[in-house]
Amino acid sequence: MIAAAIILLIVFGMFFMMVWNSMPTIKEFGLNFLFMDEWAPAQNRFGALPFIYGTIVSSILALIISVPISLGIAIFLVEQAPKKIATPIAFMVELLAAIPSVVYGLWGIFVLAPFVRDYLGVFLEKYFGWLPFFQGRLTGIGMLTAGIILALMITPIITSVVRDILEAVPNVQREAALALGATKWETTQIVLSNAASGIAGAVVLGLGRALGETMAVTMVIGNSPQITASLFEPAYTIASVLAANFADATDEFYLSALVEMGLVLFLVTFIVNALAKLLVLSVTRGPKGARPV
Amino acid sequence: MSNKKYLIFLFIVSIAVLGLACSGEPVGQGNSATTGGNINLSGSGSTFVRPMMDKWTSEFGRLNPNIRIDYSSTGSGAGIKAIQSQTSDFGATDAAMTDEELKQGANEIVHIPVVLGAVVMTYNLAGVNQPLRLTPEVISDIYLGKIKKWNDERIGKENPGVQLPDTNIVPVFRADGSGTSDIFTDYLSKTVPEWKEKIGRTKNPQLPQGVGMGGKGNEGVMGQVKQTPNAVGYVELTFAIANNLPTVLIKNSSGNYVEPNIETVSNAAAAMAERMPDDLRVEITNAEGANAYPISGIVYVLAYKNQQNAAKGKALADFLWWVTHDGTQYVRDLHYAPLPSEVVKKVEAKITSLSADGKPLRQ
Repeated sequence: MIAAAIILLIVFGMFFMMVWNSMPTIKEFGLNFLFMDEWAPAQNRFGALPFIYGTIVSSILALIISVPISLGIAIFLVEQAPKKIATPIAFMVELLAAIPSVVYGLWGIFVLAPFVRDYLGVFLEKYFGWLPFFQGRLTGIGMLTAGIILALMITPIITSVVRDILEAVPNVQREAALALGATKWETTQIVLSNAASGIAGAVVLGLGRALGETMAVTMVIGNSPQITASLFEPAYTIASVLAANFADATDEFYLSALVEMGLVLFLVTFIVNALAKLLVLSVTRGPKGARPV
Repeated sequence: MSNKKYLIFLFIVSIAVLGLACSGEPVGQGNSATTGGNINLSGSGSTFVRPMMDKWTSEFGRLNPNIRIDYSSTGSGAGIKAIQSQTSDFGATDAAMTDEELKQGANEIVHIPVVLGAVVMTYNLAGVNQPLRLTPEVISDIYLGKIKKWNDERIGKENPGVQLPDTNIVPVFRADGSGTSDIFTDYLSKTVPEWKEKIGRTKNPQLPQGVGMGGKGNEGVMGQVKQTPNAVGYVELTFAIANNLPTVLIKNSSGNYVEPNIETVSNAAAAMAERMPDDLRVEITNAEGANAYPISGIVYVLAYKNQQNAAKGKALADFLWWVTHDGTQYVRDLHYAPLPSEVVKKVEAKITSLSADGKPLRQ
C-alpha cells in the first residue's frame, strides 16, 4: 500500500517538478514549443519539432526492422525448435538485453556506421534511390544507423515477451487444430491470432524502450536537429539532446527549454506505456481462453 | 515457470543491493579519512583539459599522499555550474565566466589560468598527404554550408598542388555546450563578419539546417571525423595527435599559415599577456604575432576567493601553485602549452589572494 503510494508520488512529483521548472519556456512559447523547428540556444529560440520527429521516426524505423525478426525468433522458439535448441537460443536472446547501451553505441560507430556507408546505404541508394528516404548525404552516421541500432536493442525485449505470450496459449488449441488436419503453419497462424493483442502489447513495450534510448543513439545519429525524409541524413532525438546538453546548461532559460523537452518525452513515453497496459489487459481478459500471462 | 522467474528476479535484486553496498564502502572510508588528516578535493568541468588534469592530479597525489583530488570532465559549462552551486571544490573551464555567470556564484569567484591549449581543425581525407591550409573565411563558409565540396576553388586557391577530391565535405561540430566551441566561434566571430552575424560567439553553435553533424565531447567529434571519410571537425590538439589525424595550418592575423603546436600557442598567449586585466579573464584568439596560432585558449580553474574550509582551501592553493610551477614539466608531453612567465607572475598573485576566514592560505 505504502509502496504503491510512493510510486504514485514519484510519478506525479516528477511531472510537477518538470512543469514547474519549464515554466519560463512554457510561458514564452506556449504550444509553439512543440511546432517550431528552430533550435538555437545562442539566440534563445527553442523548438522541439525536429527532436520529436527524430525520436518518433527512429523508433518506428526500429520497430519496422525489429518486429518481423522478433516474431520470427519467438515463433521458432515456441512452435518449432526442439527444447535442446530453444533453451540456449532463448538464453542468448536475453543476454543481448544485458549489453550496456554504450557498447551498442561504440559498435555502432566502429562497425555498423562503416557498413551502412559502404554497403547497405550504397545498395539502397542504387536500387531504391528513387524514394526520398534513400537520397542525401550518405556518411554512415544518421537516422538509418540509429534505427538499426535501436532495432538490435529492442529485439530481445520484444522476443522474450512474445515468447511468453505464445507459451501462454493453451496447448489444447494446437492439439485441436492438428486434430482437424491443419498443417504446422496453419496451427501457428491460429496460435498467433489468439495471441495477437498480447503481441501488440510486446511491440508497444519495445517502442517505449526505443523512444527513451539515449547513449547508443547519441553516438550514431549525428545530432543535427533537422527534419528531412532522408534516412541517410543526421537527425536528433529528445533523449540525445538532453544527454548532450543538460550537464552544462548554465542559462536558466536554456535549462527550462531542456526540462520542457524532458516533459515532452515523459508524456510521449507515458502515452505509449498506457497503450501497452491496455493491450496486455485485453489479452488477459480476452474471450478466446488464453491464460493470464 | 513464474515461480522460477520470481526467484531469478530476487537473485538479481539481491546482487544489485550487494553491489550498492559494496560501492558505498570507499565513500564511507573517504569521509572518515577527511577527519583523520586526509583531504579530498573534487573538481569538474572542461573536457579540453581532462588529459592534463588526470596527469596533474595523479602526480600531485603521489607527492602529497594525504591529498586526493578527483576531477571529472563534464564540460566547461558544467564546471561553471558546479562552482556556482558549490557542488565541486573547484571548476575548470576554457571559456572565462561571463559577468552574468559570476553574479550567480555564492561569493566572489576567481579565475586562475593553468595551461594553454589549441583548438585544431582536423580532417579525414584519403590521398591528401601534405597538411591543408585554410583561412578563417573558408572555415566559416564550410560550417555555414556555403562551401560544399573539397575541390571548391576557394580551398584549392589556398592549397596549390594538392589533389583535392570531388567529394562532399562533412563538417562535424560539438553537440554539447563546450568551451572548445566557445574558442572556435569566438575566433570566427572576430575574423568573419558573416559568422558573427549568423552564429556568433557561443558554447552551443547552431549551424544552418542540413549542415554537418554533431558529436558529444572532444572524444565524440574525434570519433566521427575518424570514422567518416571527407569529414572535418574541431578538437583540442591532444585529441588529434593521439588519433594520428592531421591538423590544418590556419592563416593568422599577420597573414602566415601557422601550424598548431606548443610554440605557436605560447606565442599567442605572450602577445596577449600585457593586456591581461586584473581578473585575468581574456581571450587569446586571433592574437597578433607573426607566428601565433590564432585558435588558442586559456584553461582556467575556478575557485571561491574565500574558501570555507581552511584545510581544503590550503590544499587547493598548494595544488594550483604546484600546477603552475613544478607541474609545468608534464605540460609539453601532453601537447598543451605552459603559461608565459609574465602570466605566471599574475597567477602567483591570484593564488596568494585566496583566503579562508580572512587569513591567506599561502604566504
